[in-house]
Amino acid sequence: MLSTEIIYKIILILAVFTVTLVVALYSTFAERKVAAVLQDRYGPNRAGPLGMFQPFADGVKMFTKEEFIPGNADKQLFILGPSIAMLTCLMTGAVIPWGGDLTIGDYIFKLQVTDINIGILYLLGVVSVGVYGIMIGGWASNNKYSLLGALRASSQMISYEIAMGLALIALVMMTGSLSLGEIVRQQDEGLANIVYQPLGFLIFLVCAFAETNRAPFDLPETESELVGGYHTEFSSMKLGFYLFSEYINMFISSALIATLYFGGYNFPFQHSLGIEGNALSIVQTVVFFGKIFFFIFFYMWVRWTIPRFRYDQLMKLGWKTLIPLAILNLFITGIVIGFKNGFFN
Amino acid sequence: MQLTNRSKQVADTKMTWMERIYLPGIIKGMIITFSHIFKKKPTIQYPEVQRPIAPVYRGQHVLKRDDAGAERCTACGLCAVACPAEAITMVAEERKQGEEKLYREEKFAATYEINMLRCIFCGLCEEACPKEAIFLTDRIVPTTYLREDYIYGKDRLVEKMDHRVDVSKRQTNNLADFKNNSSKAHNKTI
Ligand code: SF4
Ligand code: SF4
Repeated sequence: MLSTEIIYKIILILAVFTVTLVVALYSTFAERKVAAVLQDRYGPNRAGPLGMFQPFADGVKMFTKEEFIPGNADKQLFILGPSIAMLTCLMTGAVIPWGGDLTIGDYIFKLQVTDINIGILYLLGVVSVGVYGIMIGGWASNNKYSLLGALRASSQMISYEIAMGLALIALVMMTGSLSLGEIVRQQDEGLANIVYQPLGFLIFLVCAFAETNRAPFDLPETESELVGGYHTEFSSMKLGFYLFSEYINMFISSALIATLYFGGYNFPFQHSLGIEGNALSIVQTVVFFGKIFFFIFFYMWVRWTIPRFRYDQLMKLGWKTLIPLAILNLFITGIVIGFKNGFFN
Repeated sequence: MQLTNRSKQVADTKMTWMERIYLPGIIKGMIITFSHIFKKKPTIQYPEVQRPIAPVYRGQHVLKRDDAGAERCTACGLCAVACPAEAITMVAEERKQGEEKLYREEKFAATYEINMLRCIFCGLCEEACPKEAIFLTDRIVPTTYLREDYIYGKDRLVEKMDHRVDVSKRQTNNLADFKNNSSKAHNKTI
């Protein structure tokens, strides 16, 4: 019994790992394609049919580039930076529920690596460790542009984490649980959380953009002012790790948005379709990935539409708009919950 | 002068509340970008599809041979004189006995070089040539990495016997008329 469980978990971890990497790989490709079609271009279409092998060509290029460490850089930290960035973003996939339960024989397999009861807290924790990857990398490069990029990244992520956390607290107050599995199951019974938390969703969405350092909040790597930002000095696969971790972060945060606010793997009328058990679970997983891909597309769509914010505007938005809004949201949620539970009678 | 009616007067007014929350503007922008997905793409897929070029397109030069295969150029240097970019250089030599099959005139160009980086493809060399020896064609000069590679010698300029270059569309009757008409100033003998 125990061994089956362990073997299953190992397989699931490997599967999640692979899927994450493949999605991130093809996100780089999708990014270029989306950018192209939004600008009336074709995008990469030479490598393989429709350019499908482009990510592999990019990968080979990344691997064969010169591995360069600047003379005055702190060697250990220079290597540690991208490693942390990659490690933390891969860790986040562990708590996402990818689908319903699979029943094979006597065993019930959950399509979630671990349903820890503090899932959201775990995610916030891991994501904030991710800042260190950027900060250490930028600091270790011994380059003023890198340092500025790293400073921007860290202060931006710290500022937006507050609003994000407050938006999540409102959600947690409503659902009464920190476990992602539980939150998704509640959305199966009731409506998707977006209905109850539209403002919270908006705040979370904006913060997710800032947390993943994506446009319009990609200030840590503004080409026009900071060369390449925190990864200016990085080359070869170390740079690849940074770029890759950005795409993985995008994937995970898309999954998170879908999980927290759009019903996770649930979809409307799923119990009146006449399918059950394993078939339903598989359909649910497909639907879940559909939602994730939509949000990844949304990320790219926004990136190629909205110009970059100025840094003071970014900070102003974070501290003077989002945090008060998040507190207001929290307040309203509290009052509504109070009314429901007869607190004011 | 007003060129279009799309220009907007710039005004430094305070933004309204609706403008300041940005969301309507962002949504509007996103709809615009989304609509571009379905627009026709102006890209020309170059090596497979080629942009149609004008019949009188002026590209890489060719040094013609006559029908029997002898080089027409007599190294008179008129093209080099006419060239505004000073792209043409040549060394003349006298034709020897038994070389009549190779060179049409008694004097020929031992070397003939055009620097394609200097050339502005104006076509004045072609106009100046009294022997109908040099023509611009619709071939595009390929790019290379070295400057030396752009200096085209006779090996690349003279047309190959088994690969004749058709310049008939540049040899219009008007042109021939212009060249042969002795009443025109450029043909007047002094
Ligand atoms: S085309 Fe014009 S610039 Fe080029 S070689 Fe002839 S005369 Fe000179
Ligand atoms: S190409 Fe024509 S103009 Fe130039 S040297 Fe030869 S014969 Fe003279």
